[in-house]
Formats: sequence, structure tokens, C-alpha cells
Amino acid sequence: MDVATPKAAILEARGISKTFGRVTALSDATFSAYAGEVSAIVGDNGAGKSTFIKILSGAIAPSGGDFLLDGKPVHLTSPQDARDHGIETVYQDLALAPSLDVASNLFLGREARLPGILGRLGFLDDRLMRARARQELEDLQVGLSSVSQPVFTLSGGQRQAIAVARATAWGKRIVIMDEPTAALGVRESAMVLKLIERIKQNGVAVIMISHSMPEVFEVADRITILRLGRTVRQMRRDETTMTDVVAFMTGASVEFVQEIER
Amino acid sequence: MSKTATANPPAKSAAPRNIFARSTNLYIFFVLIALIAFFSLISPNHAFFDRGNFVNIAWDTAEILLLAIGETFVIITAGIDLSVGTVLMLSGVVASWVIAQMGGPPALVASGHFPNAGTAIPLGIAVAIVIGGIAGLINGTLVTRLRMPAFIVTLGVFSIANGLGDLVSSSGAAGQSAIPPVPESFANTLGNGNLVFGLPTLVVIAAFIALVTHVVLTRTLFGRRTFAVGSNPEGSRLAGVPVTSHLIWVYTFAGFMAGLAGILDLARFHATDIQGHSLDNLDAIAAVVIGGTSLFGGTGSILGTVIGAFIPTVLRYGFTIQGISSFWQDVVVGAIIIVAVLFDQIRRRRVT
Repeated sequence: MDVATPKAAILEARGISKTFGRVTALSDATFSAYAGEVSAIVGDNGAGKSTFIKILSGAIAPSGGDFLLDGKPVHLTSPQDARDHGIETVYQDLALAPSLDVASNLFLGREARLPGILGRLGFLDDRLMRARARQELEDLQVGLSSVSQPVFTLSGGQRQAIAVARATAWGKRIVIMDEPTAALGVRESAMVLKLIERIKQNGVAVIMISHSMPEVFEVADRITILRLGRTVRQMRRDETTMTDVVAFMTGASVEFVQEIER
Repeated sequence: MSKTATANPPAKSAAPRNIFARSTNLYIFFVLIALIAFFSLISPNHAFFDRGNFVNIAWDTAEILLLAIGETFVIITAGIDLSVGTVLMLSGVVASWVIAQMGGPPALVASGHFPNAGTAIPLGIAVAIVIGGIAGLINGTLVTRLRMPAFIVTLGVFSIANGLGDLVSSSGAAGQSAIPPVPESFANTLGNGNLVFGLPTLVVIAAFIALVTHVVLTRTLFGRRTFAVGSNPEGSRLAGVPVTSHLIWVYTFAGFMAGLAGILDLARFHATDIQGHSLDNLDAIAAVVIGGTSLFGGTGSILGTVIGAFIPTVLRYGFTIQGISSFWQDVVVGAIIIVAVLFDQIRRRRVT
């Protein structure tokens, strides 16, 4: 990626707040994501990460703040609305139908119908869906023996790959991943991180939430740190260290770090 | 099967795939064939192996099959519909009441003459189907919009339909069987007619519907989403599947099938048996479960349900010809249900 020229953010959230009754989940969350980059959101438990991700994916509406796509303000009303804006989310529990085959899962909710009268009667174009699914998985270099095997026959990492492939197949611009490796073993995590690397190279803006610092430092280009509902820092990975990030995250030595910076 | 998707070595060799999904069908199909072969061999003069006998078996199976087809869709969504049997009864009773009311002057109707049969019968058919559909719509709406357990909702509708059916049928002065039998013309065509290949009309209709619903389940958007909703409702919702409206359609379809079965039952027997259908729901569910559809949702087939519907009838006919008490049919069918569910459990254990 060409890092020399400063680019405009594809997605920008400024001063996002969210209150649930008297509980303030987010007070001032600010974040930007860029095409062809991985932007990680990190934070301790209760920092507001999952609330923030739900706002970004359209599942809940913010109480305040500005949300910009390509510099234009938008209001996302539902996950469907977000999808219409090119934002796809890979949920932590993947939202796959295990008894359906791989191709049907990639097209879940967006099934392809046959052309003509048969299609209008509701007949599905399974051949087309399988071919596209094969193509999509090939692009991401996901090795699967067949796209017509049910998802329950796949390993956790392969399932994650299917969920990611579904997101990238439809979300050509922004893909949000909520703890993509949380449920995976070492080898499968590595495979998913490679996948993230690949979709980023396709020019997609990847937004990733993760608990794992080594993973964040392995794939993220930018790191946004949330603490108690606000963004305490946004920085490039190469400008910081794991120790600093953990310090900002926990607040353990924020003052101390700030002192040094001054 | 399809070729390897990528240049990478496949992470898993051709997975167990549908072996398990299909195997229950296959096993149960062999069980059915074995039963038929067994009874054919041991019956005196091979009386079991007879076209007339097979036609009667198909005829007796057809009605439960209609209920079981609707039930298959419901169970694939991980739901259950306990109301289909009494909804069948209610639909039949109301249809016969409508046909009697609209058929002509009461005196003529009472003596079996229906001057207005031409309008009364289509109206009766429509009423039966609409009542079934409405019952299903109520089931579906309560299950989805009010998030109530299907078991409880459909048990309630089971009881309501049962009571209403009783009320309508005993609304006459005599206190029971107040409704005269349907016109002979109706019974002789739809009920006992042999329209195609000399097969009972009911059998032809059930076979046709089984074929259509098999195609719907395996080839269309409606079928695919039925499996998706049963496999992961929340995930389907997040992926953009309209889960609520889909479930309402599925329950409405099951009710529609009960209404259709109600009118066909009425045509066959001239009047609807008030007591005779309270266990139909269990027979339908048994057919679905024996046929390999999982009560946990997400897997199932119409083909399996067809086979599952035949097994109890084949047993009953086989036992009758052998002079064995038909009560043994219940015992054997119960055992088969338990084995079928056991298979389902084992399959799920391997899956998850």
C-alpha cells in the first residue's frame, strides 16, 4: 500500500456517544478507518468496544456524534442499512447456518434466483451460487474440498473463513470483525490473520476488535484505544509499542505516559 | 462432487457430507422395503403383495401424509405444530356445515338432495382451507411476534379447535351429528373417486403435493430459508433473512395443509369424525420424525416424511392380515420412533 500520500478516511466516527437509560456506554468515541488498512479497536472489558462495533454495524443507533462515510454524514438504521452502504460485519458467533452448505451460507439472505419465470417463482440458481462461492474462496485462498458440504463439517477456522468470505463477497468497502480469532486455536488464528491481510490488500477497510495484543500488532495498521467509553488514543502501529497500548487501555499509567510525552 | 476449490490442498478431505443427512432416509427406506417384503412373504397366499392392498395402504396413508408434509416444514424450523389434527376436524366440520346450509332448503338437504351443490361445495372447500390457514396464521403469529413456545401455542390452538369443532357439530337440536352428510356427488369424486390410473383421488392429490413440496423444499428460496431459520434463527436474521415473516408463512402453510386434509377427509367419509382426529397430530409428527427430520431443526426431507408416513400403515395392514392385534402396531411404531430419534441424537453428537 502506498503510505506516502495521506488518504481520506472511508469511515469516520466523531464524538460518538451512547447511553442506555442512566448507563453511559460511550461518551466520546472517535475513530477512522481507511481503505486497504486494518484498523484495530482495543480496550479493556467495559471500555465500550462492543457497543461501538454495534453502532458501526448499524445494529444500534448512537445517542450523539457524527458518522461519516466518504466524508458524507449518514445515519445507519439497521444492519441491512449498513450492508446497503457497503459495510459488512463478521459477528463473533459467525451467524452461519451449520446445516446449510458453504455456498448457501455465503448467499444467506441474498440468495441468487434463476433467471426468468422460474426465478420469479422462487427457484434458486444453485449452480451460480456454487460457482461464485468457489471463486470467492479461491480469491481468499481458502482451501475447501467442496462448497456443497454443510458448514457443520468444517473446523472452527474454516467456519470463520466462510463468515469472512461472506462479508468480503458483499462488503467490498468495509468489513467489521468482532474478535475474529477468539474461538480459534493457534494454527487457525494464523490462517484467519492471513485472510485479514489478504482482504486488506484487496483495498477493503478492515475494522477489527481484538483482545490479543500480539495479533493486533501483527495485522493492524492503526490502533484506536477505547477506555471507559472514550477514545484515549488513535495511532499508527509503527508509532507505538505493546506496552504503551496496554498502559492506555488499562489507564494504569496514563498520567505517567502523558508526563513523559510533554 | 465438485472439484477442489483452490490450488491449496483441501483442509479436509471430502467430508462426511450428506452421508448422515441422507442416511436416515436411506435406512428408513430399507426398513419400509423390508417390512413390505416380510409381510408379502409370510402372508397367506402372499395376500399382502396385492395391488388392492397397496392401494388401500396408500389411501390410508395419504391423509396423515398431508398433515405430515406441513409438519415437516414446521419441524425443520425447529418448531412443532400440535394443532393439525383438531384443525383438520374443525375445518371438516365447518365445511360440512357450510355445504349443508348453502346446499338447499333444509328439508331437501336432510334427505340427501343438494340443489345448490354447485356453489355450496366450492364454498365449503374454500372455507375449510381458509380456516386451516387462519389457525396456522394464529400459531405463527403467537410463536413469533409474542415469542411464545410453539409447543404451548399449538397445544392451545389444538384445544380451541377441538372445542369449536364439537360446538359446531352439536349445534343442532339433536345435540350431536346435527350436520347432514355431504352430497354423494362430492363424496364420489373427491372422496372415493379414481380419477387417474385408477388410484383414489386422495392418493393422487397427496402424491402431487408431496412432489411439489419436495421441490419447494430443495430448490426454492422458501425451502432454503426454512432450513436456514431452523439451523440458526439469530444468524439468519443478522444475515438478512426475514425470520419472523418466514416462520409465520411456515405455520400458515401447516394450517393450510390441515384444512385441505379436512375437506378431503370429509369427502372420503361423508362426515367428519369428531373424536377420530385428536391423535392425528402425533401420527403426523411420528411420520416426520421416523422420516429423519430432526426435531432440533435445520435438517429434514419430504421424501423421508413420505416413507415415515407409510410405515405405520404398512404395519397395521400387515398385522391385520396375519391376524395379529393391531395394538401391536402402536407398540412397534413407538419403538421405531424411539430408534429414529436415537439416530438423530447420534448424528447430532457427531456433528457438534
